[in-house]
Amino acid sequence: MILKVCVGSSCHLKGSYDVIDKFKSLIESEKLGDKIDLRACFCLNRCSDGVAVKADDTYILNVNGQNAEEKFRNEILPLLG
Amino acid sequence: MQTRKFDTAVQELKYQVIKELIRAYDSPEGIGTDIFRDIPVKIMPGPKASLRCCVYKERAILQERLKLAMGGDKDNPNVVEVIDIACDECPVDGIFVTPACRGCISHRCVEACPKGAISIVDKRSVVDKSKCIECGKCAQACPYNAIILQKRPCVLSCKANAIKVDADKKAKVDNDKCVGCGACVYQCPFGAISDKSYILDALEILKNSENNTKYKVYALIAPAIVSQFGYARIEQIVTGMHKLGFHQVVETALGADLTLDHEADELGEKGILTTSCCPSFVKYVKINFPDLYKYVSSTPSPMVMAARLLKAMDETAKVIFVGPCTSKKFEFKSDIAKDSVDCVISFEELQAFLDAREIDVSTLGDTALDNASYYGRIFARSGGITEGVTQLAKERGFEARPVAMSGLEECKKQLLMLKVGKSPYNFFEGMACEGGCINGALCLQHGPKSLSDVNRYGEKAAEKSVENSVKLYKLTKNKGE
Repeated sequence: MILKVCVGSSCHLKGSYDVIDKFKSLIESEKLGDKIDLRACFCLNRCSDGVAVKADDTYILNVNGQNAEEKFRNEILPLLG
Repeated sequence: MQTRKFDTAVQELKYQVIKELIRAYDSPEGIGTDIFRDIPVKIMPGPKASLRCCVYKERAILQERLKLAMGGDKDNPNVVEVIDIACDECPVDGIFVTPACRGCISHRCVEACPKGAISIVDKRSVVDKSKCIECGKCAQACPYNAIILQKRPCVLSCKANAIKVDADKKAKVDNDKCVGCGACVYQCPFGAISDKSYILDALEILKNSENNTKYKVYALIAPAIVSQFGYARIEQIVTGMHKLGFHQVVETALGADLTLDHEADELGEKGILTTSCCPSFVKYVKINFPDLYKYVSSTPSPMVMAARLLKAMDETAKVIFVGPCTSKKFEFKSDIAKDSVDCVISFEELQAFLDAREIDVSTLGDTALDNASYYGRIFARSGGITEGVTQLAKERGFEARPVAMSGLEECKKQLLMLKVGKSPYNFFEGMACEGGCINGALCLQHGPKSLSDVNRYGEKAAEKSVENSVKLYKLTKNKGE
């Protein structure tokens, strides 16, 4: 799975880097390095619902440093199938 | 719509030509050969001439400006070209004794001349041109200001000694010496030296993206932009640029963070380092101080760093840099940049673009702009890199003894010291323009306010360190490899 985190201006201000840090450590601790390819990107066109995250073709919106783990476990991991 | 502010009427002429060219591009007929007839007439309707001897000459010069706006002479690799018919053949007398010479008896001019070129004939100073080196010391010494140094503004502005005067008294640019800083472009009072424009390439890139569906077009904006549009907020400019068709507007300062990170490491390894972000400075070292070229940082410029980052994230991305500077117009064609930067336009051209599409940015809402740190943003001014490297060196446990060299004259002075082994410094920040990029040749406005604008913009950055930009870079790098 390609997991993209938006680092465009709007999401950056809402804490993209906190989300990236959280995802990174979760991927490591869950040993998902070979299954999830974490990337950054500029603008997913969901500026008002940032931080915007896209797991393959699925949008996961309103992510932040606090709810990143919850979103990861509840919305991203199930997509791995 | 608000009246645009330019420092000089020459800039305004250039702007009008670009604006009309974009309008012609947007028209249903597109760009045909008739634009060479129509655009000059539109800008100079006549019948009276307002700038030159007659309206026909004015229009002929506008045709030449139009050629430059469309990319100029393809066989000339230089971004700066002379418009022969616009060159007014300014006097080149050098030291000239005016009738204000009172024939005094102290003869300070004679004493001041280091070459013995001044003698007193019939109680008046006379300069022997064969001995005179045009140092101007006599002019400074004369209590009546009776001696003047008449040099062409283009020759005076060129600190790389690249402008010569040919047999027809026209200015000529020596491509072997020219560093492309654009000082002559801004300084020629007749607008006879001008920069080539790649605006048509930018328009094509945007058009062929089919509203960012075929590929996405990113604008990389230089941090000096904050001092440029006095009538609008930077966030409004960003909104305006989206209306022009850019998918995202990204701060080049993000790349500056990465450049800074690399350069700090490089300084730690090499011991002596000069910056590499100003391509005119790099060229100046290469031409004039070839034995010091080894000290020039091998780190790509912020423009290239940021563009590479964008392309690592989005493989099909097209990147258009928007900046204050003529030298970025040749840098993007260099081996190091050509795969990452697709086009370069200037602030002047951005203004013309917005106006051609009748986008009044002062009426628009804000779009957030935040990609970079404080240090990345203050790259725009002299001393910015110095400040950043000093901070990083401290964090990494070695000492930086930096000097900010502002303008080529200052660069020359410091490089000479380094060459003879007498420099107390180990880090040399080189910028061809005095004051840094905020005084770039293609800035709409030049002045002290630019400095305070850039400092304020730097302080507004959410990031206080370069750490996050570096993290981002590493994230893309791992994936790319």
